[in-house]
Amino acid sequence: MKHTLSGLALALGLAGGAWAQDQSILVQSTTSTANSGLYDYLLPIFTAETGITVNVVAVGTGQAIKNAENCDGDVLLVHAKPAEEKFVAAGFGTIRTDLMYNDFVVVGPAADPAGVAGMTDVEAALDKIAKSGAPFASRGDDSGTHKKEVSLWNAAGIDPKTGSGDWYRETGSGMGATLNAGIGMGAYVLTDRATWISFGNKQDYTVQVQGDEDLFNQYGVIPVNPAKCPSVKAEAAQTFADWLVSGAGQAAIAGFAIDGQQLFFPNAPKM
Amino acid sequence: MQNIAEAFSLAFALVLSGDADLFEIVALSLQVSLTATLLSCLIGLPLGALVAIARFPGRGAVLVVMNALMGLPPVVVGLLVYLHLSRSGPLGFLGLLYTPTAMIIAQTILIAPIVAALSRQVLEDLHGEYAEQFRSFCLTRRQIVRALLWDGRYSLLTVGLAGFGRAVAEVGAVMIVGGNIDHLTRVMTTAIALETSRGELALALALGIVLLVIALGVNAGVQALRMSAVRQAYV
Amino acid sequence: MSEARPLPASLATARAVAVPILPLRLRGVGLRLGGAVILDGVDLDLGAGGCTMVMGPNGAGKSQLLKLLHGLTAPSAGTIDWNGHAPQAVRARQALVFQKPVLLRRSVAANVDFVLRARGLDRSRVSALLDHVGLAHKAAQPARHLSGGEAQRLALARALATDPEILFLDEPTASLDPASVQAIERIVARAREGGTRVIFVTHDIGQARRLADDVVFLHRGRVAEHGPARDFFRQPRTEAARRFLDGQLVV
Repeated sequence: MKHTLSGLALALGLAGGAWAQDQSILVQSTTSTANSGLYDYLLPIFTAETGITVNVVAVGTGQAIKNAENCDGDVLLVHAKPAEEKFVAAGFGTIRTDLMYNDFVVVGPAADPAGVAGMTDVEAALDKIAKSGAPFASRGDDSGTHKKEVSLWNAAGIDPKTGSGDWYRETGSGMGATLNAGIGMGAYVLTDRATWISFGNKQDYTVQVQGDEDLFNQYGVIPVNPAKCPSVKAEAAQTFADWLVSGAGQAAIAGFAIDGQQLFFPNAPKM
Repeated sequence: MQNIAEAFSLAFALVLSGDADLFEIVALSLQVSLTATLLSCLIGLPLGALVAIARFPGRGAVLVVMNALMGLPPVVVGLLVYLHLSRSGPLGFLGLLYTPTAMIIAQTILIAPIVAALSRQVLEDLHGEYAEQFRSFCLTRRQIVRALLWDGRYSLLTVGLAGFGRAVAEVGAVMIVGGNIDHLTRVMTTAIALETSRGELALALALGIVLLVIALGVNAGVQALRMSAVRQAYV
Repeated sequence: MSEARPLPASLATARAVAVPILPLRLRGVGLRLGGAVILDGVDLDLGAGGCTMVMGPNGAGKSQLLKLLHGLTAPSAGTIDWNGHAPQAVRARQALVFQKPVLLRRSVAANVDFVLRARGLDRSRVSALLDHVGLAHKAAQPARHLSGGEAQRLALARALATDPEILFLDEPTASLDPASVQAIERIVARAREGGTRVIFVTHDIGQARRLADDVVFLHRGRVAEHGPARDFFRQPRTEAARRFLDGQLVV
């Protein structure tokens, strides 16, 4: 019995060592930023400058906001401006700052059954897809990308829900899973460019609709409010947020590229 | 099919290259799931033994519940643990969310019922053989439980393995309570899920192969132990 | 190894000095199991000391009688009185050796140690007890590798470990080789000489002749005959007992 207990204590003790760091913060963020590899590039630079370790939980924007509202994070970094502003208005965040943008694209199979390749008017392209009955895979998970997609359908004056289960396929999953599913069923998918460029399972898919201003995807950074969540590491969180919007942080974001393509475009207001 | 061939060569390359990140992930997987298995045995084995030897009203219902809990969906367990460990939850003050400890807790809840239900079956059979002799010896219930657990130890190893297998293979619970944080809570299954969502299917599959090999290793070790016990007629 | 060494005196003196649990008195004891009548109206008186052999054809209820006396089962009717105690209350002062020994999945020595430890007895006696039944040389071996005769001797060592006032044996030598039978009978005889009251179920008439002080003959769930061994074997009073001794009454 004694052996088992000491063995257990050892195991738990070992488990304890790994996160016993004082200077570490938790960022609730989106799969699009994490999957693209942005954090793998950005965070070591920040840690080298400040000594603060940053841990990232990558989930859908909806879940990230929910987690932050539960005080399970120090910083929120997502892309769904109206929801973010609501988050700050409700007192969960201190202040929201524009951080960077990337853009969304519609990817589709080489066969292009709806004939949208090369279009730059996204609403017109969606209208064509809906009318042709070609399959379209939606995140359907209340994420930032999903919210963006819904707003685009609205702007196009189409209710895709009428085709739900038919041509409109809601996967209820993350960006990568939705791309895998969409590619598997030959469906069009709305994805952020960052995820798409770094995505490894493209098969015969290419970007078919891009360049519409409505496709811009604004990211914001919000420190979680210590008044609402006493457990947050407010100082370190603020340091991180400040660094991201500073010249150094913005330069680092601009410097992140895959295959020579810049994925995120810094646009924080000049201090 | 090309993915599968690529996955095997990738798996070999990963292991042979001594990739530090890979070993970190493997080590955390083993640490979390083995600790959860150990805790589940500490909880589940005595419970299984007690239910195996006790006769009480409502025992049939207890058996049904125990067996049903074996099918707990990992995501549901993960959510329940998340809601408790979240800063806004009742145990939030412990600050355990997004730590390996949270993952251990979730996996323990997931597999303790498996250990309890399967050990109950094993020990009930064993007790059928011993019961009369034990009553003749005038043993207390505690002594009976201890004797059954000890004499059934090699059969119970298989029960522990079943629990470990379930723990090390599940992704739903550790994803939610661990958060799949790089260098902190990323384990084999969440890494596989991540690479899948990145579309790196071959890499995901390669990690799956590594996980399978680890599971094979653990099972082979236990099997060898059992075989030596069989030779001694201790099974 | 068929030679039973004498039980060292120190082993026999640990006996409880509480009020003796003999004489034993049964009145109108009946037992029904799943609708079948196993025992019916059993009256029996057993005094202190000696070796009682319980005999009778198959299905006469011999084994069930032992379990009743040992408090492992409760009678459906009647009373069992161990000098004022109920069977369950004195079970710890008795030991039962089953027909098929139930050995733990441990070494020979650990099987004996288990009982000593569970009952809070002196655990240093393991080797003396094994020596007593001639198994000292097998102490470290897995108990389940023992031959039938050795296994039964280990069961006996375990039974004797608690210094029982009553030693029940339920056909312990059935299907054993003659040497093992002899070894076991020797151990039982020594226990009896040491003052242990022996109640021994057997099918073996020769064995009963060798060991019995008195004989209880069960037939169809009742005590058909109970008397001194000499009288029983020389001149059984009942027709059933006569036919049993002639080998005609088997069931």
